Amino acid sequence: MAYDKFNILTSTAVPLPIENVDTDQIIPARFLKATERKGFGDNLFRDWRYNNDDTPKEDFVLNNPSYSGKILVGGKNFGSGSSREHAAWAVYDYGFRCVISSFFADIFRGNCLNIGVLPVQVSPEFLEKIFKAIETNPNTEIEVNLPEQIVTIKAIGASEPFEINTYKKENMLNGYDDIDYLTKMKSDIQEFATTRPF
Amino acid sequence: MSKTLFDKVWDSHVVRTIENGPDVFFIDRHFIHEVTSPVAFLGLKSRNNTVLYPERTFATADHNTPTLNQHLPVEDPLSANQLKALEQNAAEWGISHWGLGHQKNGIVHVVGPENGITLPGATIVCGDSHTSTHGAFGAIAFGIGTSEVEMVLSTQCIMQPKPKKMRINVNGELGFGVTPKDVALYIISQLTTSGATGYFVEYAGEVFRNMTMEGRMTVCNLSIEMGARGGMIAPDEKTFEYIKGRPLTPKGEAWDTAMEYWKTLQTDEDAVFDKELTFDGAHIEPMITYGTNPGMGMGISNHIPKAEELQGGTTTYKKSLNYMNFLEGDAMIGKPVDYVFLGSCTNGRIEDFRAFASIVKGKKKAENITAWLVPGSHEVEGLIKQEGLLDIITQAGFTLREPGCSACLAMNADKIPAGKLAVSTSNRNFEGRQGPGSRTLLASPLVAAATAVTGVVTDPRTLLKEEALT
Repeated sequence: MAYDKFNILTSTAVPLPIENVDTDQIIPARFLKATERKGFGDNLFRDWRYNNDDTPKEDFVLNNPSYSGKILVGGKNFGSGSSREHAAWAVYDYGFRCVISSFFADIFRGNCLNIGVLPVQVSPEFLEKIFKAIETNPNTEIEVNLPEQIVTIKAIGASEPFEINTYKKENMLNGYDDIDYLTKMKSDIQEFATTRPF
Repeated sequence: MSKTLFDKVWDSHVVRTIENGPDVFFIDRHFIHEVTSPVAFLGLKSRNNTVLYPERTFATADHNTPTLNQHLPVEDPLSANQLKALEQNAAEWGISHWGLGHQKNGIVHVVGPENGITLPGATIVCGDSHTSTHGAFGAIAFGIGTSEVEMVLSTQCIMQPKPKKMRINVNGELGFGVTPKDVALYIISQLTTSGATGYFVEYAGEVFRNMTMEGRMTVCNLSIEMGARGGMIAPDEKTFEYIKGRPLTPKGEAWDTAMEYWKTLQTDEDAVFDKELTFDGAHIEPMITYGTNPGMGMGISNHIPKAEELQGGTTTYKKSLNYMNFLEGDAMIGKPVDYVFLGSCTNGRIEDFRAFASIVKGKKKAENITAWLVPGSHEVEGLIKQEGLLDIITQAGFTLREPGCSACLAMNADKIPAGKLAVSTSNRNFEGRQGPGSRTLLASPLVAAATAVTGVVTDPRTLLKEEALT
């Protein structure tokens, strides 16, 4: 499934200053039963967001009207746990296009890149700055500039560069994915396969 | 140039290297299950692609399956629908499918090795993070997302940057009552849940050499819980002994050729790792977790650390203890428990049931305990009966369920109710992992068994000692 191109994203952000946010929190396993990629955003952070009777938990950030935007800012080791791509789908389907953290779990990061959510890793200090800026003013805008690989807190003018490999950057800028690349080199792969002993 | 075991297997599977990008990485074996594959098949169709090598993909149903009355239709319509989708997709593309009721059905990471699909030097992926289990055989095995499942189906490759390399040595001898699960939980408690992120781990040292294949699978299974993509152990005589003669292992001349290759699968003496850690096996106690991630674990006789003793942020730590309804400084031994779960891809193998039975033999299940004993596969279930373990556990007041992921992840009917405390041999103690509001203590099958007969968190060594004296 191709996704929207990513270039420069300027948006307010939703802060989630919790460490080790795992994929079972992002989307609990009981919501993984669909056979199509639809509606996962409704269950993003389900058990932090809703009570058992499906009423919203007022103190959770997604239920606080002061915070909104296309950027989710999480504490370190974001996305640890399961390989469920549903976690990345839920983030995307809810409307986020970028997750900022000081550290990402490997599989979650890869899943995000494969579906068009940009994971932006910043220093712990810069992450704190973002949390502070949003705490001070929930309307704080953050600019994520993929071509330049720079993230900026607009109100205070603080910026930091971020890393992404050239291949994935090109993919995100153009909305390409790995399957496009791999299907084009199928004959090379078939030749390689003949050399495998088992 | 000297190479590590990981280098040898990785490098031999690179079809193409992209500068400042990932490697195009060939996959020998691909497991699929009902949860993470349906959308991949939809994607495949929408692009007009086909399954390139159906003989390299193996399907089994495990996450959604009930563990009672498997001969009856699955009650939950959504679960039934996913199981049906797997069956249909497998049939449409000519993929072998071990669905519910099939004699080879079971948890994907249990049935793969049992059937000889898992081989040394192979690359193995599955849309499941505990695919790292198969590293016990000297394979490179790791979990992938659904987009990557589609890539493997349509091209037998994924695109991955080569991870950094870490070696974890555990030397010396393990103490009495200390199991592979304890070794893994100990390492995770030392590294934290992100300590190995970005790395692929090789486990080395006496402790792993002395471990059975089942034990090695438990350790490699938990590699992901310290953030590593996977973990592996160099194959040796034990590995070859385990795989020889299994249904899908190479036979005859092919076996001899494979053996020649497999014997080269060791890290060269002067090969360099990006990071190397060494622990003393004698320092490891039976472990238990007290928080909401697998890194929050300690020796069972210890007390829950105080927030002020920790480095770094305390907000998340306090949130975690608050969820568990525990206090800083609490002892774990003696805490009343409601549920005991023996099973999962971590501890659902025959050795785990032997360990459980060794403790409950001649005793009775505590009245306050609801116990779910779930074999990892029908093969394990058969061995439990064959070895007389079923009689032992039945006499102790336990019953045996049918194979599946069960209470590990609360996707099927086996859910721990809100507020209840469970000692589980599975792999994750995240908030709500075993059911909304459930509270999980991760531990070994020995700790689970000791707890199941006393009703409170119990150090298995105290029961094993009594046993030795009588």
